Amino acid sequence: MNPAFQGLLVIAIAFGGCIGYFALSNLVLDKVLFAPRGANAQRNLARADSLRPWLFLLPALAMGALYLAYPLFETLRLSLTEQVAGGAYFWAGADNYQQMLGEDAFWQALKNSLLWALIVPAMATLLGLIAAELTAHSRWGTAARTLILAPTVISLVAAAVAWKLVYEVGPIDQQQIGLLNAVVTALGGTPRDWLAMPGWNNLALMAVLIWAQTGLAMLLVSPALGAVPRGYVETAILDGASPVQIFLRIKAPLVTRATFLAWTALTLVAVKSFDIVFALSGGRPQDQVLTTYIYERLFDTGDLGLGSAAAMVLMLLVLPLVLWNVTRARREMERDRG
Amino acid sequence: MTRIAGRKPILRWAMNLAVLALGLLWALPVLGLLVTSFRTSDEVAASGWWQAAFPTRQTLVQRIKGADAQRQEGQVFVIEGDLVNPERGDRVTAWGFSSRSRDILAPGASARLGNGGLITIDAAGHYRLEKDTAFTDNRGPYVFVTITAPPMFTLDNYRAVLSSVRPGADAPGASVARAFFDTLSITIPATVLPLAIATMAAYALAWMRFRGRLLLFAAMVGLMAVPVQMALIPLLEMHARIGIGKSYLALWLAHTGLSLPFAIYILRGQMAGLSPQLVENARVDGASEVQVFTRIVLPLIWPGVAAFGVLQFLWTWNDLLLARVFLIDPAGPADVLTNRLVGLMGARGDDWETLAAATMVSIALPLAIWFGLRPVVTRGMLLARGKQR
Repeated sequence: MNPAFQGLLVIAIAFGGCIGYFALSNLVLDKVLFAPRGANAQRNLARADSLRPWLFLLPALAMGALYLAYPLFETLRLSLTEQVAGGAYFWAGADNYQQMLGEDAFWQALKNSLLWALIVPAMATLLGLIAAELTAHSRWGTAARTLILAPTVISLVAAAVAWKLVYEVGPIDQQQIGLLNAVVTALGGTPRDWLAMPGWNNLALMAVLIWAQTGLAMLLVSPALGAVPRGYVETAILDGASPVQIFLRIKAPLVTRATFLAWTALTLVAVKSFDIVFALSGGRPQDQVLTTYIYERLFDTGDLGLGSAAAMVLMLLVLPLVLWNVTRARREMERDRG
Repeated sequence: MTRIAGRKPILRWAMNLAVLALGLLWALPVLGLLVTSFRTSDEVAASGWWQAAFPTRQTLVQRIKGADAQRQEGQVFVIEGDLVNPERGDRVTAWGFSSRSRDILAPGASARLGNGGLITIDAAGHYRLEKDTAFTDNRGPYVFVTITAPPMFTLDNYRAVLSSVRPGADAPGASVARAFFDTLSITIPATVLPLAIATMAAYALAWMRFRGRLLLFAAMVGLMAVPVQMALIPLLEMHARIGIGKSYLALWLAHTGLSLPFAIYILRGQMAGLSPQLVENARVDGASEVQVFTRIVLPLIWPGVAAFGVLQFLWTWNDLLLARVFLIDPAGPADVLTNRLVGLMGARGDDWETLAAATMVSIALPLAIWFGLRPVVTRGMLLARGKQR
């Protein structure tokens, strides 16, 4: 069957199913199960209302249980078992973890992932702050913002292709067709294969994500920058402060909260990013991050136990952010209710 | 700031220029692909894309015609031909007989060949080879010509990328067009399904009172940040057990399930932002929960639904990992654009013009959405705060 047709069918079934489920289940609840009739009319009304939220939630709960909660436990189980030929599993205890900790590839991936988590959010947030401040006061601000945000909407694979062209290196005696090496050559340097150069390879890969995410950081800190009271700025101007001083001493401290939010969001993005390394590294060991290490173990070497153990490590890395999200969300919910 | 700007026009101009430079800097990588996608393969190899508007210097290796092309002019035997395309305006600037001495001879100069012939090549690339005795070798010698070719803008790369629709074909852009439609068939259900399920759940979390509400919400927010790597193998095994294996359905369900927490979180926030009086009044007036949901809340949060829908569409369009895990089977025909690009990058590393055209095809729709619906996408990004798988 043609996938497009299949897709339309699925949309129709899903939509019809949702509306049908929604209308029918509420109807059954009101007219059949707890019909407000007879001696128990009042009690039935209350019962129907206490059950109704779960009707609204049931499809989401079912999907969430299968696609979100179950995999957590299953991955934990897989990380503690060993698969043998024929599809059987046996208990392996901490064997997978021990084996993983003994692998250089794992430590390299962990080290690189931590580098990504430190450098990408820092650079993207810094550039985002600068871009937000500059574009807020310029005639070409809107156009520049549109351009800076455009990389955010394209796929990271496409971004990787675009940067591969930037990093492209040709023979020394020929004209360089990669922008970076052309600039380097014009300045009198020698062209290099930045993606394969020790020490530079990680930075070259991270630059792609920084480029793609700066716009987002800019977007997230812009409202806070705009909300800095005019009076503060004007007083500082009268006192003879330079624009750079105003930005560093007055505005930056006032937007720390928004900056922090952008920073944490980008940290999650950086730790979880997979596409750039997968597309650009060509499997070079010194480029690998946890996500690509996990992918390789799960799907290339087929070592489910080891891959699952590494996934648990990744989970552990993002856990602080998960918990912080939860406390923040609880506060949000309580505020809504109050 | 207006006061500073008013006092110091120089500062204002410095700022304007800095902003312009920043915008251009961010546009450069994609601009490079855009320009490259319209150039010929010879041009791409000869000069950087920023020089696309200027003539390129290219070195060609051409074979002189053999003995069967000779004709007799009085006492001499002559072979004539063209080394370049004169109508295109190509100009020979130098020539020679080996890669080391490829540019030692000027156009119009003559040189003696090993077989005793005298060859002259003019600036238009026309050559004339003369000898007193008849040529015998049917395979002529090679010459190296350095030419300057005027810029040529071509749509051939796009034709190559879009025409070969046959799955698995080995043509340059094999099945990029097909991958485009496959991607579209994935994204639309993967956007509609989570929205349908999430709006209902979001309403219950925002406007209904029940025990466990807070706990449920907290659990959901926690699940939002869980890395997708945790779910790959368990879901793949589950799909195999229920018989959908690697398929469109499997990928739709995976996208739906994994995006639910975010969808619910965002839509709940939108709904909770509505005025409580609005909902309470409707209830007092006798509206049922179903009516409050469909008649009052849904129409009011429609902008939020649209913003999230556009964002979810972009995420699924740009996804590589889930498509590789839940859909793409190396033996099967199904493919997505991101994976197609990865394949092209690996297999045809030097084929920049094809890769560039394929990439432009893959980002055309997201960029069109961005430039066309900027306020909607911006709203969605602010709501989602940078979530990405």
